[in-house]
Amino acid sequence: MADTNTDPSTQAGADTDAFIELDGVEKVFDVRKKTGFLKRERRQVRAVDSISFTVPRGEMVGYIGPNGAGKSTTIKMLTGILTPSGGRLRVAGIDPSRERTRLAHRIGVVFGQRTTLWWDLPLLDSYKLMHRMYRIPDARYRENLDRLVELLDLSALLDVPVRQLSLGQRMRGDIAAALLHDPEVLYLDEPTIGLDVISKARVREFLRELNAERGTTVLLTTHDLQDIEQLCSRVMVIDHGRLMYDGPLAGLHEVGDSERVLVVDLERELPPIEVPPARVVKVEGPRQWLAFPAAESAAVLVARVAAEYPLVDLSVREPDIETVIAKMYAEQAERAIS
Amino acid sequence: MVETSASGTARTAGTGAGEPFGGSRAGEALRAYRLIAGMWIRSSMTYRTSFVITVLGNLLVTGLDFVAILLMFSQVDSLGGWSLPEVAFLYGLSATAFGLADLTFGSMDVLGGRMRDGSFDILLVRPAPVLAQVAADHFALRRLGRITQGVLVLVWALLTVDVDWTAAKVLLVPMMLVSGGVIFCALFVAGAAFQFLAQDAAEVQNAFTYGGTTLLQYPPTVFGKDFVRGVTFLLPLAFVNWVPAAYVLERPYPLDLPHWAAFLSPLVAAVCCALAGLAWRAGLRSYRSTGS
Repeated sequence: MADTNTDPSTQAGADTDAFIELDGVEKVFDVRKKTGFLKRERRQVRAVDSISFTVPRGEMVGYIGPNGAGKSTTIKMLTGILTPSGGRLRVAGIDPSRERTRLAHRIGVVFGQRTTLWWDLPLLDSYKLMHRMYRIPDARYRENLDRLVELLDLSALLDVPVRQLSLGQRMRGDIAAALLHDPEVLYLDEPTIGLDVISKARVREFLRELNAERGTTVLLTTHDLQDIEQLCSRVMVIDHGRLMYDGPLAGLHEVGDSERVLVVDLERELPPIEVPPARVVKVEGPRQWLAFPAAESAAVLVARVAAEYPLVDLSVREPDIETVIAKMYAEQAERAIS
Repeated sequence: MVETSASGTARTAGTGAGEPFGGSRAGEALRAYRLIAGMWIRSSMTYRTSFVITVLGNLLVTGLDFVAILLMFSQVDSLGGWSLPEVAFLYGLSATAFGLADLTFGSMDVLGGRMRDGSFDILLVRPAPVLAQVAADHFALRRLGRITQGVLVLVWALLTVDVDWTAAKVLLVPMMLVSGGVIFCALFVAGAAFQFLAQDAAEVQNAFTYGGTTLLQYPPTVFGKDFVRGVTFLLPLAFVNWVPAAYVLERPYPLDLPHWAAFLSPLVAAVCCALAGLAWRAGLRSYRSTGS
């Protein structure tokens, strides 16, 4: 905390509580493509193109976008794995690429598809290594381990070699390993990829508690929009290296100009219902699908349908974010063309 | 402009506030090496039978190298003018020095694989020097087989070789082992650095390290002169044993090097280390700026 405040580079206008700060951060890769036997074509790819945002301490942020959008590149810059090509980047007042090891003590990282655990050794051995490598004081290590084992339900797994764990168990093990040294921020790259429903729920539940109890800042990239819906108050959408949206999840619907769908079951087959501004998108026997703007009240619409038609049953479907984002991309592309 | 100076101040302030975890970089590296090597030893012990078999296998396979030389000597009395105990002396020195390097830095060829599958990133988010982590990666005690075998041959050579031992000659033997080991380590590190550029370069590296040790098991006189020159100056392998051993055995030096060249091995080793260190830093920097 003291670090961030005394940091003279913190801009006067900026939020002083900003824990993660990116200002015009860029990452340009030189890609060499073979064009002939020895000829190579050099091409520059902007994986991250002038991204700026700040994350205050204790926030849970979802970072989403299609494959190759620049999510992982951003995470790698935030953890000091990659050096930015331009712009300014600070995590806890530290320049990650310059002071990688110093930063390492203050961050936790979980890569969904790679493990930091030791394949052939009991789970506990990996934790003992963390204990010594991060120089965690004994008392704190024991306290943290006990708490994580309880919350992540690991007690039966501590003596099991990691290679025998299921994917979900291993993921929980990895998350615990990333938190033993009390990091102030936790980066999760696809934490629920490949997990079954129960494992996913458990991981989400844990992350919520971690954030509430410890105030740990969490930044997670994911393909699973439920992760975002259930965990993050704030979403950032990135595509082609650019930040396309940064705000609350609800706002994403407005930006995407999305529609909700009212599904009604009528007593019998009838011609398409007419209640503007809703429009019928599908009819299947007595069942009809009505699309209406997400901002409109569903109650008003339902009342009108019920007043004019023999209604048996109904349900409202919220737009899924995937569609919203797809729509956003499409609009962006349209604007680019015109 | 303002930004640069501001971040400069921040950095000084940051380091001033203290590396909260003291100790020199070398100390940190050694500590990390010990921790990770320990984990790999425990891992290999989970398959005890397999461990014992690989140790024996390693001893046997490396021993076959020397059997090849023995077979040659059953047909001829000398190799390039060198007698069997003399060749055994070369062999023992090279094998032991290489064995030491192979034990401590020999797994660096897995680096390319780690970069390809992305697990190298995991090493980069740990609070420990990366080189130490990579060197200790896949640490394998089975590699003791090679050292054991080299030491046995060396001891036999020392007992049978016809040398008038002087203080300088006695001193040269441990010096050759240590400098030789360090030179091979530097080659391993340089090879690993090369893997940052060409991620499947492990075989190129092996050609120099494993190839190098096989080369040094024979007297320099059996090879062509240009080849020896290349080995001496391009890759300073000749300083592992050829040059100093020529002094001990009172043999003509390869390439008519001056007499004092025999004592240059530690210097050559130090230069190799510095160059390998620079190459490693350059490699790591290129990884961190290009990614994968």
